[in-house]
Amino acid sequence: METETPLKLDDAVELNPTHHFRWEEPQRAHVLLYPEGIVKLNETAAAIIEAAAGAPSIGDAVAVLVARYQHDDLEPKIIAFLEDARAKGWIRVKS
Amino acid sequence: MPKDGSGLSLDGLGMPLWLVVELTYKCPLKCPWCSNPVDFERYGNELSTEEWKSVLRRGRELGGVQLGFTGGEPTLRRDLEELVAEAECLGYYTNLITSGVGLNRERLRALKAAGLKQVQLSFQAPERALSHDLVGVDVFDQKIDIAHAIKAEGLPMVMNVPVSRYNIERTGEFLDLAEDIGADYLEFANLQYYNWALLNRAELLPTRDQLERSEAIVKERRERLGKKMTIYFVVPDYYDNRPKACMNGWGAIHLTIAPDGTTLPCQEARLIKTLDFPNVRDADLAWIWRESPAFQKFRGDSWMKEPCRSCDEREKDFGGCRCQAFLLTGDAANTDPVCAKSPNREIIDGLIGCARGDQPVGAEKLVMRDIRKRLAGAEAGR
Ligand SMILES: C[S@@+](CC[C@H](N)C(=O)[O-])C[C@H]1O[C@@H](n2cnc3c(N)ncnc32)[C@H](O)[C@@H]1O
Ligand code: SF4
Ligand code: SF4
Repeated sequence: METETPLKLDDAVELNPTHHFRWEEPQRAHVLLYPEGIVKLNETAAAIIEAAAGAPSIGDAVAVLVARYQHDDLEPKIIAFLEDARAKGWIRVKS
Repeated sequence: MPKDGSGLSLDGLGMPLWLVVELTYKCPLKCPWCSNPVDFERYGNELSTEEWKSVLRRGRELGGVQLGFTGGEPTLRRDLEELVAEAECLGYYTNLITSGVGLNRERLRALKAAGLKQVQLSFQAPERALSHDLVGVDVFDQKIDIAHAIKAEGLPMVMNVPVSRYNIERTGEFLDLAEDIGADYLEFANLQYYNWALLNRAELLPTRDQLERSEAIVKERRERLGKKMTIYFVVPDYYDNRPKACMNGWGAIHLTIAPDGTTLPCQEARLIKTLDFPNVRDADLAWIWRESPAFQKFRGDSWMKEPCRSCDEREKDFGGCRCQAFLLTGDAANTDPVCAKSPNREIIDGLIGCARGDQPVGAEKLVMRDIRKRLAGAEAGR
């Protein structure tokens, strides 16, 4: 892989346009649907993806999540998860 | 890919998350590795539009999410647009798996408008002459046209390459072609040896050397292209020492419905002649999925024999592929002979040992997918 610059708080990310993210009632879970695949997300993963893809920047998403979960050491965990999601091709940095 | 288990273990809570509907076995191409049954012409009694719609509705009620329209050539069905629209309305994520032959720009536009999310387009060769030899008809230029049209419609495209000894040396050209077209995904799917591919296995199986060369070329290009194109390389399981996690387990998340309404835990399962697969024309899909003996047969792990039964990897690969166990060992409940722990591994090693490598290739050595040739092949003592 070409080396990618690490994600920063002022980066904005979006869902990869080939991917669909939605709630599946029968599974009681969010799923990611994409060509050739399906992934069921746990609650935390879904919350991070939803917040990050909907926010103007990762920093804003972190603030939303910290407020919601009343936890302040979330930032590194969120960044690590988003790095992983980007490596898997679920999300990408908005240009 | 029908068989690779999607590379991850997915708990669907007992629901058929992934539906594959084979709308027809008919196809104008004659790929000598086709995964359709060798006696496909016996199942001509296709479900009607209304029957398919009712299957889609029941499937969605049972928890279906991913939906692949395939065949044969699914675009030969004139009601494809109508079925895609119905699927969209029901809430599926719909894929079309096609050789491209029955498509044109108008149909693509209509399919997209109906809600189609993605197209998987197969390329058997990176140029006209080899394409003709491998599929028996002149369709290469049309495929190129359709590939560009898919991109022009803004649909995500997976370019699928069924890989054999006949095209493995062309890896670089396939990569160029995919790059040129702008495919989002490129999938090198080494053949799985069932049905037609099994008839032609001796001719089609590449050597380990050829595989490694091809994989190295892919790796190099992957590094160069980065995120622009996702490239999958599915190795033929014969060259592995553990089996694929076939279908993520039997009756776990996959449900295939064949053109005549026969229900299958995987597209190849029909070849397990010792099982009787129920038909949507005779039974309710909920009963079929949850209770029918065929779907229960290899669910979970209580059916396993040694060495799988006491193996700590059984949750990872579910003992491999039942079809392969049946075809190569005669008993579908045996460990997939690909596994190095299988007492039957020598069968696979024997087959690998016979791979023909760079011996001359020639279309006349292949049994093409058509009825006449199959009968001739059978007479020649296969
Ligand atoms: C049976 S085809 C039906 C769709 C369409 N006729 C086509 O070939 O694209 C479904 C997919 O399986 C692939 N395929 C066919 N035979 C195969 C085999 N023996 N092993 C692996 N993939 C195979 C095709 O390349 C295609 O992508
Ligand atoms: S694999 Fe080839 S012969 Fe089989 S259905 Fe697809 S295009 Fe037709
Ligand atoms: S013995 Fe069975 S469960 Fe164990 S690795 Fe081999 S196929 Fe998988």
